Amino acid sequence: MTRLSTKHLLGIRNITQDDIELIFATADNFKQVINRPIKKVPSLRDITIANLFFENSTRTKLSFELAEKRLSADVINFSASGSSVKKGETLIDTVNNILAMKVDMVVMRHANPGAALFLSKHVQAKIINAGDGAHEHPTQALLDAFSIREKLGEVRGKKIAIIGDILHSRVALSNIHCLKKLGAEVMVCGPRTLMPKYMGGLDVKVEHDLNKALKWCDVANMLRIQLERQEIKYFPSLREYTMQYGLDKKRLDSIGKKIVIMHPGPINRGVEITSDVADSDQSIILDQVENGVAVRMAVLYLLAGRTEN
Amino acid sequence: MSLAPRIILDGKQLGIIIQRLCHQLIETHDHFEHSVILGLQPRGVFLARRIHHQLSEITKNKEIAYGDLDVTFYRDDFRRKDLVPNKTNINFIIEDKKVVLIDDVLFTGRTIRAGLDAMMAFGRPADVELLVLIDRRYSRNVPIQAKYVGQTIDSVSSEKVKVDWKETEGEDRVWILTNEKNEDNHK
Repeated sequence: MTRLSTKHLLGIRNITQDDIELIFATADNFKQVINRPIKKVPSLRDITIANLFFENSTRTKLSFELAEKRLSADVINFSASGSSVKKGETLIDTVNNILAMKVDMVVMRHANPGAALFLSKHVQAKIINAGDGAHEHPTQALLDAFSIREKLGEVRGKKIAIIGDILHSRVALSNIHCLKKLGAEVMVCGPRTLMPKYMGGLDVKVEHDLNKALKWCDVANMLRIQLERQEIKYFPSLREYTMQYGLDKKRLDSIGKKIVIMHPGPINRGVEITSDVADSDQSIILDQVENGVAVRMAVLYLLAGRTEN
Repeated sequence: MSLAPRIILDGKQLGIIIQRLCHQLIETHDHFEHSVILGLQPRGVFLARRIHHQLSEITKNKEIAYGDLDVTFYRDDFRRKDLVPNKTNINFIIEDKKVVLIDDVLFTGRTIRAGLDAMMAFGRPADVELLVLIDRRYSRNVPIQAKYVGQTIDSVSSEKVKVDWKETEGEDRVWILTNEKNEDNHK
């Protein structure tokens, strides 16, 4: 395997296990590069990348931008606030205008599911989905699985529980696809109101009791409650959610084994996870952030360098 | 016209050449206190590790610094072919050191050009020398020459020079293969 099976990274659902393994092997090399005194390589020196963020982002945007710069790409940034999107310009028009400036790749976050797929059908540049609504967030899933592989040696056969607001989470869906492709067992855990109906079709275990989920798993990936996506009340109060689904030290110690704690960020400290758990030696939250840069470098490198025939 | 693959060096000849290269290196580098050896991935590392091993035995210096250097991210043919990186393994800095870069075959010189760039991520060396097992004359695309050469050969660009090693192919030997389909035989 020397090249990805796909021209764009739109989601984990449409890439193969071989693709994921190629990305990981390449990310191993980049992880080593970013830990050198000189952290930059010239691979993408003639590539221009547009980061189009139609939705707010801190970590993903910084991580992509850093990855692009470490690969020596030229980077232009766009965010919806303060742009012509506010004046009523359509997505295609905005993007075509940016592409007319000769951009080779587009990294896009958008509130609408399928926005990246739509774009890939209408423009020439290579597209990387940096999150489309509650649909997919492929690079997050890749860096999560990469971090599990780094911590536990391999992903195959491991038990991963994804806990929290599954309904509004693109991280959950991409993670499920990625972990299943790599041979892990996956469980989702959260209140019934935040559990989508289609879970049955994804071959994952569904659990509503946090204690049971914690006892079952090797790794717990704690998701954030996405209050900004909730038009209606899905649970009575944040306090009640925390009592049922918040992970604190007492609960973590009560399960009688040492599991790995992950969180894709941003953390609502004291809601889904307490500070003493997030900062404990079982947490790999900051490793996830570091690995995010290496994994995104690998994705950018493999897509940009991919030959067409 | 197609020629059958032919062996130009067998295991015994290869052993003698490596022995000679080691002694040439010792002439310049003495006990290697200020020198480091870098093998270029993927194929140069077998020669480099063997030279490193023999140098340790001859000089009785078990501390000679050795690293594997991958040049993939520094190549100039990105997007012309799919380039998959190998592992770089250098756990020292080369600042003010005398570096011996080692590869198996010197052909267009582009790999070495990339290697010179890649190396600089580990410091500014005092001096850099190139050692190759096979120097294919008259085929250079860039002005790069080796200081230490195992054997110089004349070959046309449709031919390919392949070095086999005990570690990977089961036997030490150097081949010339004719590849009519692919004129672009950059190794």
